[in-house]
Amino acid sequence: MSGVSLQSLTYWLLALAGIAAPLLFPDYTNEIAVLWLMILFASTWDILGGQMGYNSLGNIFFFGAGMYVSAVVQIGMFYDVGMYTAASRTTHIVFTTGQYFTGFAFGILAAGIAAAVLGFVLSLFVFGLRGPYFAIGTLGVAVAGAELTASWDWVGAASGISLPVFPGDPYAQKLFFYFLLFALAFGLLLFLRWLYSTRFGLAVNAIRDDEEKAEAMGLHTRTYKRVALVITGFFLGMAGAIFGNMTGFIEPRDIAFPTTTFNIFMVLMVLLGGKGTLWGPVVGAAIFHVIKEVTWIYFLGWQFIALGVLIVVIVVYFQQGIVGWLIETYPDRFSGRIRPKVETDRAPAGRLASQPGGAE
Amino acid sequence: MQNVLDNISILVNAPIFNLGLLIDGLLIGSIFALAAYGLALVWGVMNVKNLAQGDFIMLGGYLTWGLGTLGIHPLFGLPVAMAVLWCIGFVLYRTVISKVISRDLFTSLLATFGIAIVIQQALNLTFGPDTESANAHLPTWDFADGVITVTATRLVGFVCAALLAIGVILFMKNSRMGQAIRATAQDVRGARVLGIDTEKVYQFTFCLNAAICGAAGALVAMVWNVQPFMGTTYSIRLFVVVTAAGIGNLPGVIAAGFGMGVFEQFGGFLLGAEFQQALIVLLLLGILAFRQLQQLRFRQAVQ
Repeated sequence: MSGVSLQSLTYWLLALAGIAAPLLFPDYTNEIAVLWLMILFASTWDILGGQMGYNSLGNIFFFGAGMYVSAVVQIGMFYDVGMYTAASRTTHIVFTTGQYFTGFAFGILAAGIAAAVLGFVLSLFVFGLRGPYFAIGTLGVAVAGAELTASWDWVGAASGISLPVFPGDPYAQKLFFYFLLFALAFGLLLFLRWLYSTRFGLAVNAIRDDEEKAEAMGLHTRTYKRVALVITGFFLGMAGAIFGNMTGFIEPRDIAFPTTTFNIFMVLMVLLGGKGTLWGPVVGAAIFHVIKEVTWIYFLGWQFIALGVLIVVIVVYFQQGIVGWLIETYPDRFSGRIRPKVETDRAPAGRLASQPGGAE
Repeated sequence: MQNVLDNISILVNAPIFNLGLLIDGLLIGSIFALAAYGLALVWGVMNVKNLAQGDFIMLGGYLTWGLGTLGIHPLFGLPVAMAVLWCIGFVLYRTVISKVISRDLFTSLLATFGIAIVIQQALNLTFGPDTESANAHLPTWDFADGVITVTATRLVGFVCAALLAIGVILFMKNSRMGQAIRATAQDVRGARVLGIDTEKVYQFTFCLNAAICGAAGALVAMVWNVQPFMGTTYSIRLFVVVTAAGIGNLPGVIAAGFGMGVFEQFGGFLLGAEFQQALIVLLLLGILAFRQLQQLRFRQAVQ
């Protein structure tokens, strides 16, 4: 079977499903829109975590940053932001239709660019860290983002900002945001398919498998890592701008920088679906989101315990993920490219290697 | 901003306040040092970064507080918390940790993160999100006309932490198990060749760390207060301490623990308590950046 035609068929089916879904299930438009957001989360996490082997716990930083940048641009184009955040608690400020859409368009664009720039700035700092230090360092960036935003009065501090209200009826609003998220997620998947087929895909895979060797082969590892982080930031920033406007109200700790919910979901979805594959994150996001939406209400406060248990179970017992498992079981049908290296034995600790006549 | 400048001028004009903050910081820092030693132990021996460390502490704290509401003095609650946490550590080791030791480091990080979520949410569901504190019924002493106050609980906490730390260090130095643990930390393969059951060593180390956390938690509940979601802040704090000192550098870990306590007291006084978490996280980022600059000289990454 030729992998290429199968892939393009999948894309067509996905596009069809994405367009048909809100028309077939109009009551669940918002839930399906969030599903596309989850696919965005998982696929962008996989650029660094799966393909490049840098397991980040702080990608949500770009999401929240994009959300806030977009809010500031949307409001700042027409009003003074400090006055708006101070006044919005008492008075309702109206945006005209024209103001709303121009502000929103510039907001999304600014969010993407600002998050990409932040990605570039962060890349100067985080890529000197490896393994757990990278994870903890990026988590620190995300938590610091939440805490600093929560103490910044100009953007409403911990009580958040109410964004401009969508001019139009609720049904049109739902469809508008649905198609924005769908378009962004679909665009990301097309972009990633192209990206992973270029030299870039091979280079980041080489970095994952052995960074020192990749560098010795003459790859500019630092540039590749930087570009990967900038791409992640760009898409997550735009996703944040759209999601912020979809909810209509943004707030630092639980909506913009939710380090214990969305931030962990993205890692979990990728692990569930299969790290380092194009479709793994999509499959993982779909399964995770459906299970979560269906079961969450029955847990009555126990849902976060269930989440913790799920993390442990997936991480300990099922780390190759669904697509990874398929590739392992049916290699001739599903494996189109080089598979990620599976670590079977503990990597020798640094001090072992440095001992004279040490292990190995 | 004005607030901060006012507070700085207080510290400059009345140096005696500095002494008060310093003493408080050192007394609280002793607890950080104890728990950070546990973290460094597991990290160094098993190469597992335990992100649930802070939540173990909260668990110990809640146990002590719960026993306190039944009329048991926190100082007697401490050994109970240690024993219970030892058992919990055993169960967790058998079900989760033993299966992730040989995997890559992110796996163990994520697995312990999952454990942390389970513990903090379980505490939240059972005890509610309020802050609780175990009352030890001990007096408060004033020095320098009431400017410096030393509460006896903090002093007792300091003494307990010091005694426990000395006990653990002596155990590591002199007992057979302590020697086996140190041997495993130095060279796993070598230890196995010499007939050390490293699996048993790992299990013991993890249980010992959990018990140390239980004791630290009991002291935290007595000296300060406990709250289900504070565990994450403790984990980050301890991570900062160990990262700043470097694993395997025991005096460094203890000194950094004290330093953390003093830093927090001064930071909290200058900026206000609501900046506490932001301060700790920024300190973490600062230390990671500093470590990178250090490693840059040898063209190495922080790993």
